[in-house]
Amino acid sequence: MKIRPLVQSLVLLGSNAYLKGFMGGRIYKGPLKGVCVPGLNCYSCPGALFSCPLGSLQAILAGWEYSFSFYVTGLLLGFGAIFGRFICGFLCPFGLIQELLHKIPLFKNKRAIKIPKFFLYIKYVILAVFVVALPVFAKGEFGVGYPAFCKFLCPAGTIEAGLPLLAGSEGLRKAAGALFLWKALLSAAVVVGCVVIYRFFCRVLCPLGAFYSFFNKISLLRIDPDEVRGTFCKMGLNPVLEVNSLECIRCGECKAHAKRRFAGRGSSAEVMANTTEQIIHSA
Amino acid sequence: MTRGKYLKCLPLVILAVAGLFIAIGVTRGEVEAVLEKAVNICLECIGIG
Repeated sequence: MKIRPLVQSLVLLGSNAYLKGFMGGRIYKGPLKGVCVPGLNCYSCPGALFSCPLGSLQAILAGWEYSFSFYVTGLLLGFGAIFGRFICGFLCPFGLIQELLHKIPLFKNKRAIKIPKFFLYIKYVILAVFVVALPVFAKGEFGVGYPAFCKFLCPAGTIEAGLPLLAGSEGLRKAAGALFLWKALLSAAVVVGCVVIYRFFCRVLCPLGAFYSFFNKISLLRIDPDEVRGTFCKMGLNPVLEVNSLECIRCGECKAHAKRRFAGRGSSAEVMANTTEQIIHSA
Repeated sequence: MTRGKYLKCLPLVILAVAGLFIAIGVTRGEVEAVLEKAVNICLECIGIG
């Protein structure tokens, strides 16, 4: 078995191991919830043992007690400095969900569908506006705001928490209104997007990936460019030129592909020089 | 300092800042604030609040 799916599965199961929650429509209330996981995993998911870093950050920023969260920011800085977007490729439960959705064979020629480059900047706008600005500045008369990304956009909350909790509670079902309908429709659109385009949410909408992308060039864990050859990348990048760029999720598929394809074809530097030459000629 | 050395040191500096931030956050009681939010169903997250 490949290492990456194994790690992803263990992280998904490990961070959502409170199985009792799924049976009774409840959530875990123990002390582990004080710790944030590095990836996107809604803390209201019935199985969640830990907290979501984005939800926690917004909750503190939107509250009246603190104007800045040293704790969650420190965790995010630490995760970013060590891993960069390796977290997206290996440690994000919602990333695995997206990859599984993309395996659904509903559309032909998925590879031919490209995302326009300016779409990739949407996630940075969401990070600045919905995760930071709105929770900090859009506060009511008692000085309490709301977690805008969770409230209006996050499909992980709807899929991992909303659907199972509403399925198990008549009271919650009765309380669901226009906002739930909006989030359900948006989540359905994200699901379709992920079926068609590999990691659609990561590439276009995820503010957590946007934050970690700032660390991709400097984090301790990086991909050695000398080990990358060819042009294979599921994220639509050119591995030779864009490994460790903002969009690289460090899945390592380019390295594995290069190992298979270029085995016995001379040194890494020679193959890389030839590949770069091909790219320049084809451009 | 050369660019290579600077890039090697930068994540370590960020890690040190991260550690300091976490320590400040813990002493300010932010863990309890995160816990308090996380042990209750987040109505905004599920699309109700």
